[in-house]
Amino acid sequence: MKKKVTLWYEFFKGVWDINPAFKQILGTCPTLAVTVSAINGIAMALATTFVLVFSSLIISLVRKLIPSQVRIAAYIVIIASFVTIVDMVMKAQFQELSKALGPFIPLIVVNCIILGRAEAFASKNTPFRSILDALGNGAGFLLALFVIGGIREILGSRTILGFQVLPNSYDPMIIMILPAGAFLTYGLLMGFANAYAIRKNRKASETNIFKYKLEREKLNATEV
Amino acid sequence: MDNAVNPSYRLELSSSPHIHSRWTVKQSMWLVNLALLPSIIAAVVYFGYYQLSILFTSVLFCLLTEAAIKYIRKRQITLMDGSAVITGLLLGLILPPNFSLVFTAMGAVVAIALGKEIFGGLGNNIFNPALVGRAFLQAAFPVGITTWHQPNYALDSVSSATPLAAFKFDKVITDITPMFWGNISGSLGETSALAIIIGGLFLIFIGIVNWRVPVSMIIGMLIFGGLFWIIDPLKYPSPFFQLLAGGFMFGTFFMATDWVSSPLTNKGMLIFGLLISFIVVVIRLFGGLPEGMMYAILLMNAFVPLINKYTSPKIFGVEK
Repeated sequence: MKKKVTLWYEFFKGVWDINPAFKQILGTCPTLAVTVSAINGIAMALATTFVLVFSSLIISLVRKLIPSQVRIAAYIVIIASFVTIVDMVMKAQFQELSKALGPFIPLIVVNCIILGRAEAFASKNTPFRSILDALGNGAGFLLALFVIGGIREILGSRTILGFQVLPNSYDPMIIMILPAGAFLTYGLLMGFANAYAIRKNRKASETNIFKYKLEREKLNATEV
Repeated sequence: MDNAVNPSYRLELSSSPHIHSRWTVKQSMWLVNLALLPSIIAAVVYFGYYQLSILFTSVLFCLLTEAAIKYIRKRQITLMDGSAVITGLLLGLILPPNFSLVFTAMGAVVAIALGKEIFGGLGNNIFNPALVGRAFLQAAFPVGITTWHQPNYALDSVSSATPLAAFKFDKVITDITPMFWGNISGSLGETSALAIIIGGLFLIFIGIVNWRVPVSMIIGMLIFGGLFWIIDPLKYPSPFFQLLAGGFMFGTFFMATDWVSSPLTNKGMLIFGLLISFIVVVIRLFGGLPEGMMYAILLMNAFVPLINKYTSPKIFGVEK
């Protein structure tokens, strides 16, 4: 059966429609833990995207060679190789970020987004589409982590990406740089995203009903 | 005798729920507000007129938040049922004296938005909204919320630590008498045990508050607090000190007895109260914080569905 999904949607669905953080609710551990500041969020998301893209490519290339009984183990080996690369590069080139992110870079191995995309998409699709899907999911994850990290950084320490945006007269809310702030921000954003999606669906169905009624009226008019 | 003649003998059949009260929700909410009046007066007497502006800000922002959220969700705006006023007053009364009005407003917004409306409004909240607001403020502005001011008639003009902080960090036990009258430092409404007891007994007497929660909490405090006191009277304070210190009295009569976030069954209420007291004692004596009333009630609020499940009455005629 020929696929009808356009290449653009293959990329874009990961950014919004199945955003890993807000819609699939995957990778919540790094989402909650490293988003104390926007730069941490960006670094984490970029590292995850790198692993996601390359592991999706490799898994997609070898998808017909892996026996299905041992596929998870094979995926983990592939993912772990790329995580090791990222970890070593970050330790060598970006020491401060590597320290700030701590154990969460090695933990990308067990990040559900990567395994989830490998299992749900890369193992069933062509390499090109898998890369697009991985890039889209990575971009969605980047968006989510940047927004959460940005909100927490602005409210919790008055800065964004290190630049001060709120005046000194504003008392920073300590809760925003504590784990509780991560849960609050994440939960509220997820709620807003879902409320927006529900409203959009409702409007779409309402317009469909409206169109249907119009057509019925036209039919009735012609029949009479 | 013909039963049909006397209506009080008639067997009335109706579907559940069967809870019957002589007050409507609106009336009882305003009666709770009335019961808070002694505590408000005590706050003004001991800490000055400025405290009224804290209470006013808190109530105002609770009402505004509720109205805004009801408007966004296109629900009927029910400000006059008094529940938002209660949340505002309760939140104001558990804040420290001379607290920043900006922070108070933030706490009020969080209390209503995240404590109540996000769960679907009155009757659906898992946690006590005022305590959610207080917990948010405690985590957001830890310095501001632990800055205490001594009362106007303080005997000791140097120390402004609360009795529990004084006990925890300096091993000083405050006298019982000023703690009963309220002449100690602490949050606005929680210092005067007398005012709280007046309001609390009024609520119990008119049947709005079930006596089982306060009674089991006080008994629990006497049991668990007394146990440690008997083990080592020098190291641990007496249960009577613990009863009157901090937010215990206020929490007992006004916070834990919240209809929505306390258990439904009588047996459940007793368990609920005993466990709150147990957690309070553990936090006060062994935890890092001087006072644990807020966290104890919030924690037990989370257990309420479980308590309801395990204490639900046996259905008549059904074998286990």
